[in-house]
Amino acid sequence: MVSVSPVDAAPAVPAAARRRPRGRPLLLLALPAVVVLAVFFVVPAARLAWLSVSEPALGFGNYTAMASDGVVVTVVLRTLGMAAVVTVLCVLCAYPYAYLMTMVGPRWRAVLTALVLLPFWTSLMARTFAWVVLLQDTGLVNGLLAAVGLGPTRLLGTTAGVSVAMAQVMLPFMVLPVYTAMRGIDRHLVDAAMGLGATPLAAFLRVYLPLSLRGVAAGATLVMVLSLGFYVTPSLVGSPQQSMLAQLISVQVNQLVNFGAAGALAVTLLVVTLVLVAGVQRLTRTGGAPVGLVGGAGS
Amino acid sequence: MRSVRLRRALVAIGVLIGAWLLVPTLIVIPISFSGEDSFAFPPSSWSMRHYATFFTEPSWLNALLVSVQLAVIVTVVATVLGTAAAFALSRTAFHGKGAVNGLFLAPLIVPGIVVAVAVYAAFLQWGLIGTPTGFVLAHTVLAIPFVTVNVGAALGGFDRTLERAAAGLGASSLATFRSVTLPLIMPGVLSGAVFAFVTSFDEVVVSLFIQSPQLQTLPVRMFTSVTNEVDPTIAAASTVVITVTTALLALATALRRNRRHA
Repeated sequence: MVSVSPVDAAPAVPAAARRRPRGRPLLLLALPAVVVLAVFFVVPAARLAWLSVSEPALGFGNYTAMASDGVVVTVVLRTLGMAAVVTVLCVLCAYPYAYLMTMVGPRWRAVLTALVLLPFWTSLMARTFAWVVLLQDTGLVNGLLAAVGLGPTRLLGTTAGVSVAMAQVMLPFMVLPVYTAMRGIDRHLVDAAMGLGATPLAAFLRVYLPLSLRGVAAGATLVMVLSLGFYVTPSLVGSPQQSMLAQLISVQVNQLVNFGAAGALAVTLLVVTLVLVAGVQRLTRTGGAPVGLVGGAGS
Repeated sequence: MRSVRLRRALVAIGVLIGAWLLVPTLIVIPISFSGEDSFAFPPSSWSMRHYATFFTEPSWLNALLVSVQLAVIVTVVATVLGTAAAFALSRTAFHGKGAVNGLFLAPLIVPGIVVAVAVYAAFLQWGLIGTPTGFVLAHTVLAIPFVTVNVGAALGGFDRTLERAAAGLGASSLATFRSVTLPLIMPGVLSGAVFAFVTSFDEVVVSLFIQSPQLQTLPVRMFTSVTNEVDPTIAAASTVVITVTTALLALATALRRNRRHA
């Protein structure tokens, strides 16, 4: 998904066209968009990075303060832990689901795909509100838990509640790459392994699983990246006492008006994200995913 | 025997996960028709009054109108700028093209909260907080990548001999673009436009930072509602939003499918 770019999609420019540099006036067409992105995206981002090393004083004071602040360290560890839990939940749910998608006929596959795409397309605010309703003390989830003798328990404002809601929001980002990887696996390889005497379990573990891991790795990294910077769902389903990195950044800006500290946190989050995305890019270089994957839960 | 059991287990898991995906999306619909002032589910009485509130109470109605107008303007601006850029980039080769392509994808990759804080800090300086111009610019930045990706994909599967034929028959480059290129990439342009609309219409994080009490979008109004009040009007708002975005994105998918079969 992040690997889809206009160049990848474009055909190779014929050699004759490359020799004649008559494309220069054409390039002017790209100028307005480039200017808008440069002025209202790159400049603000660069200004924020600059604020992080210049506000209140020049130097890396904000970064050292961040690293030695117990609250920040706790929040960062909690965010990493939450992102890991959400990623594992998504892998555990997406793998059998995607496998089922490869097993069924075209009609059921369309249904299963629609089930993944529908929440993906639904407004993030609407879904987050739905989770607030579902997880409230008298909500449907607590009703079900009570019915099997496990409840009612407090879910809203807990990390458990946040991870269940976030995993649901992230699941499509996991299912689609895993399914794409599985679709490309030649089933005859598994048959061949069994024909050579492997048990079905051994054939799955030694042949199918390794071949599908690329999709899992791509999906997991994407979910991890999105979870690290997630703001809306943790703010509304979670509690301020259990805040995540994005909420901490927001508090630094809105309540403390400390752009230096917020900038340092934001730059750190951005660097981690870019490193992870670069990893995904390398993993998914060959396989493009649907464009529709981009966005939606990205906030 | 074993594979039958495995298949059953898989189907059971599929049903559970399917419900987990679907229920939170749909549960707001019955609540929006509730006759009560709580989020109780299932509601013990039914009414349309939350819709009546949504479409009459100024804070909700204004937010809806702001969001619709904003999304329409952003769609037009982002589609024009994005299509022009995708066209130019697909037809030229130059040094640093990779960097320009990266620029067009960056808003999709950078976490929303980072964009929000960066834009907020800049807009404070430039006096754009809580202004229509500020909203249009911020949302356009977020929407352009969806247009360039979609139009870029359409241009990728494009047969350039058609353009050369038009030029060979004496058409000017503008006429060729208008009567040959544009109609052929139209599905890509339209699905890019739909994504641009939905991106703006749905955007929460950046809008939360650049809003003012006088100028709020619908998602911002919904966010404040969840934070501050127990008011089922938000269920009606959610249902309206779900209906609009799902319908539009289904349209975009249909467009893309048409393009593939063309």
